Amino acid sequence: MTPLLASMSQTAIPLSWYLAVALILFAIGTIGVLTRRNALVVLMSVEILLNAVNLTFLAFARHHDNMDGHVVTFFVIAVAAAEAAVGLALVLGIFRHNRSVNVDSMTALRN
Amino acid sequence: MLEQILFWLLAGGAILTAAMVVLPPVGRNPLYGALSLILSFFFISGLYVLLVAHVMAVLQVLVYAGAIMVLFIFVIMLLNLSDKELGQSRKTTAQFIGVLAVSAIAVKAIMVVSSATGSKALMAADAGFGTVDGLADLLFRQFLFPFELVSILLLVAVIGAVVLAKRRLT
Repeated sequence: MTPLLASMSQTAIPLSWYLAVALILFAIGTIGVLTRRNALVVLMSVEILLNAVNLTFLAFARHHDNMDGHVVTFFVIAVAAAEAAVGLALVLGIFRHNRSVNVDSMTALRN
Repeated sequence: MLEQILFWLLAGGAILTAAMVVLPPVGRNPLYGALSLILSFFFISGLYVLLVAHVMAVLQVLVYAGAIMVLFIFVIMLLNLSDKELGQSRKTTAQFIGVLAVSAIAVKAIMVVSSATGSKALMAADAGFGTVDGLADLLFRQFLFPFELVSILLLVAVIGAVVLAKRRLT
């Protein structure tokens, strides 16, 4: 933890701060996926996870002065849009089927 | 110094609003969670601006806060879940252990990352870094094939969403 604290006296922002923020966001998203039982909140937590990954890619792109990370982030945003559209359509279908969006009640594939 | 103040405000705001999505007091109602998530996306796009990723910051607001979250809020309001349908949030020991484990892993990872990357400040970026020009050059030359594949992926997702939402599952 010491380098993180020592770097606070500098003027510009080091890479590790951005990575720390991305890690905290990723942890929050993982906790959401693991503990929440509402399918909509689980999907929103997945969006937080994707954003944490995007932040990491952009921080490293800035660190290496290489814009490839921006392209990856662009693709991640496109995939997130596709994922949200299909995921929400699935949630709507499941809600029509058993009047609940609780992920514990989704047991149709369990024998 | 201004950059640091901005970073702390944006990072703190992003983490706080993202936590509000997940934590029960606010996140209990998915609508408040979604509104809080939109705020979080705005804070994160501010962080992108600090990282000289201006195009990505604009796309973040347009696509994430604009398109995706409007879709989320539309579905939440369409379902209009009552308190009964939301159900009691069960607290199990497995969930508690999961939260503890994730927090421990995150703290350890932050320590490892900060000691591995050191406290060296980021260098000044090139002139063309993060501009539409630079991104378009990469997208339409080096990454043209993946770019076209993404358009097919979006087409498949649109068709899939229509098929899934139309069919009666009874």
